[in-house]
Amino acid sequence: MGRIDSNRDGLDRPSKRMPEPQLIFDRSHPGRIGCNVPVCDTPEVDLEAVLGELRTELHLPEIGELDLLRHFTNLSHINYGIETGFYPLGSCTMKYNPKINERTAALPGFAQIHPMQPVETIPGALELLYGVQDMLCEITGFSEITLQPLAGAHGEMTCLMLIKAYHESRGEGVQRSVVLVPDSAHGTNPASAARCGYDVVSVGTTPEGNTDLVDLASKLNSGVAALMLTNPSTLGLFEPNIEQICGMVHAVGGQVFCDGANMNAMVGTTRPGDHGFDCMHLNLHKTFSTPHGGGGPGCGAIGLQHHLEPFLPVPVLRRADRSESIIADYNRPLSIGRVSAYYGQFLMEVRAYTYLRAFGKQHMADISRHAVLNANYVRARLKDVLPPAHDRPCMHECILTAEKYKKENGIRALDISKRLIDYGFHPPTNYFPLIVPECLMIEPTETEAKETLDEFCDALIAICKEAVENPDLLHNAPQTQIVGRLDETLAVKNLDVRWWPAKVTVGVGV
Amino acid sequence: MPYIPHTEADRQAMLATIGAETIEELFREIPENLRVAPGALNLPPALDEPRLMAHLTALSKKNVNLADVTCFLGAGIYDRYIPATVGAVISRGEFLTAYTPYQPEASQGYLQTIYEFQSMVAELFGSDLANASMYDGGTAMAEAAIMATGIKRRNKVAVSQAIHPHFRQILDTYCWSMGIEVVTLPTPNLETTDYGLADGAACIVVGYPNFFGTIEDLASARKAADEAGALLIVVADPVACALLKPPGEYGADVVVGEGQPMGVAMGLGGPLVGLFACKKDLIRQIPGRIVGRTKEAHGDRGGYVMTLRTREQDIRREKATSNICTNEALMALAATVYMTTLGKNGMKAVADASVRNTQYMISELRSAGFTVHAGRVFGEFVLELPKDAASVRDAMLEKGILAGLPLGSYYAKMDNSLLVAVTELRDKSQIDTYVTSLREVVA
Repeated sequence: MGRIDSNRDGLDRPSKRMPEPQLIFDRSHPGRIGCNVPVCDTPEVDLEAVLGELRTELHLPEIGELDLLRHFTNLSHINYGIETGFYPLGSCTMKYNPKINERTAALPGFAQIHPMQPVETIPGALELLYGVQDMLCEITGFSEITLQPLAGAHGEMTCLMLIKAYHESRGEGVQRSVVLVPDSAHGTNPASAARCGYDVVSVGTTPEGNTDLVDLASKLNSGVAALMLTNPSTLGLFEPNIEQICGMVHAVGGQVFCDGANMNAMVGTTRPGDHGFDCMHLNLHKTFSTPHGGGGPGCGAIGLQHHLEPFLPVPVLRRADRSESIIADYNRPLSIGRVSAYYGQFLMEVRAYTYLRAFGKQHMADISRHAVLNANYVRARLKDVLPPAHDRPCMHECILTAEKYKKENGIRALDISKRLIDYGFHPPTNYFPLIVPECLMIEPTETEAKETLDEFCDALIAICKEAVENPDLLHNAPQTQIVGRLDETLAVKNLDVRWWPAKVTVGVGV
Repeated sequence: MPYIPHTEADRQAMLATIGAETIEELFREIPENLRVAPGALNLPPALDEPRLMAHLTALSKKNVNLADVTCFLGAGIYDRYIPATVGAVISRGEFLTAYTPYQPEASQGYLQTIYEFQSMVAELFGSDLANASMYDGGTAMAEAAIMATGIKRRNKVAVSQAIHPHFRQILDTYCWSMGIEVVTLPTPNLETTDYGLADGAACIVVGYPNFFGTIEDLASARKAADEAGALLIVVADPVACALLKPPGEYGADVVVGEGQPMGVAMGLGGPLVGLFACKKDLIRQIPGRIVGRTKEAHGDRGGYVMTLRTREQDIRREKATSNICTNEALMALAATVYMTTLGKNGMKAVADASVRNTQYMISELRSAGFTVHAGRVFGEFVLELPKDAASVRDAMLEKGILAGLPLGSYYAKMDNSLLVAVTELRDKSQIDTYVTSLREVVA
């Protein structure tokens, strides 16, 4: 138990002994301000005459610069990031975000360029974007990459739009109304299909963790527009029948989309474009280390085979004919149009480019090799207390089940996760994939050292012992954070989603 | 490779624990014909850190950046000052490297800032509530319009022609894929949208200010929406809303906007931050994450959680209100720090300076004999030139001035029109230089 009050990173961890933080609005004092606003040297104007009706109140906080920084710094202390500690959140690839990437993204020639300035004035930006496309083509095995989608789910949706446009171009747009999605898929898959007007039909998984080929065959017909498949699957397993599956879907005229959330298992080792997929999305904020930022920005490139190229969203960045220069091509009669306003998440692409160039030809495969090594190591170390859901080597993440503790001790996977917080670790993903009972989905990533994995495994082994001997420790966890478990039902019942100014402000100049 | 800490001894020890001889063995389920040997991909060579920095610096210097020119280009992305506090906060590793706050006990810091963000956006827009952010203004608008088709069970949306052309293109793409009809409402004089075609639409989408800088009459927009039985969706500039009567007070059902002017680098237009605010009765239909305040399950402390999660894709799958998973939390944090830093008086001062600079520039241009289309404008207007606006823009750039956006490629018969933005960062001498240079260029 000594671990609970000790701290791994030297910071004095905030705890329930700390007072609840005030809202920024409650720290406001009329008349204060957090920076010197620019002094205007043009003539004053009568605002109402110029603008029309004005607002009467603006309830934004008034706070000095130091108090502002203390507010946000103290809030950062009660927030866990990769730089705080190990973050084995399955399916999220919480790898280290190199500092050099932040520095390159802050260069004025990248940060201070306007998306609608003449395209001739941004050759360096176009060259960088094209460089990312080029490297991602080679890594994924696809002939085309576009960086227009703004996030992973946005990339999935864009891929389905390309597929839709492709079927329409062949006169099969109406006929193909179904998208097949395995029962293990991320929720974004069926949601993205619905967003493109498709009906979603689920495909089963075999007990071994592969796509159920019999079930798939029974659902394949000329009404199928696409199969959305995650490879490696969300069970952390490589789909060994992938070529056969792609062949089956193609035989009925369907397309196969690869959910690239798990690309980290494949970088430099195997290429989805070679597996038979027609298109895929990538999460550059997972595989290529752009920071997650607390839930965004995401960054969702997509890759595609040549037959989908005419439908690419605009602008399409390509080399000019008979020239080395990169142009933004809008003259694309079959294009699906725009999916985002400018050039995608440009400053995230700068970070991804920096990352890709740091690895280069020599080191790229080290990513997947060490990601898979780390996941198998965690799996091996924990197999006696938390058995893997499948008796096969895993890829970049391992899916373990805590079913035994639920049956014998009334302990759920979530309880184990919450107890991990007390040991100083971020929990793994729980209850996903939906088809594994009481599942813990652990994705260590390649950037974690062996001793970190050992400390984490030691903690989980200790927690599993506690689950048997003192289950209340788990039920009541976490105890070390500023709050214990929160009442999510109450949050829905008594919705409180914003601060409101006091209705009556008699005698107070607000 | 510093990002991968394994030594050879580590690898051997780990393989021994796993019971494998080599790392290759761990990949044995991948059919051999689909495997690539390490180092076999045709990629550029790895760069060490100093060379990497030098390479990226050289690439960045090929671009004309706004430190080197005077910027009068806006059109939805604005050159506004970003206080030092913003970078200081958003570069903190606890925020920068966190994931979505699915474990609220270990994410109270971020969750509270999102609650503060929601409060400030709702306040600025005069709406009941706001979500935790969207990808950007353009997709926020498309999501709002699609939400309206679900609520009204109508298959048509009506959008003002004076909405950012790129936003309308996004809307077209989204609606095509869902089989929804998009009707464009004309704005014959650049100032007022003609709502005649809105009948039967699920929503009317109008700008505030519109793409041409004009502050449209939202009272008539509300009336038109009521007559059509449609939702009113307003695409608003958050900085303008520091002064203007906010769209929510005109009865807008949904207010969306691009949050970039509040503390987010232009960065060639990404990442940005979409703002999404609405009336409270729509809360269960909206896309994106929402943070709510609650209490401990077994205790008295207050805290924050992501709430109304059953709208979202990871729970509701194909029946979710949207496929959106990520938002733009980091940029929303930047906007929160921006709004806090400037506060009530600073936000008004920034907006006020933009109005003053804009009015001064309009009057100087008119005095110099130029034609300006500007009725009620906030910080942007359309300048009519005696010749092709793109060529004028190029000639002005040679004088170190990014003069604005030529509208010819977006609107018919507007080849000679230039959209000019004037933020609080411009001053009298820069405006005077613009006018003088423009006279030389068109002479």
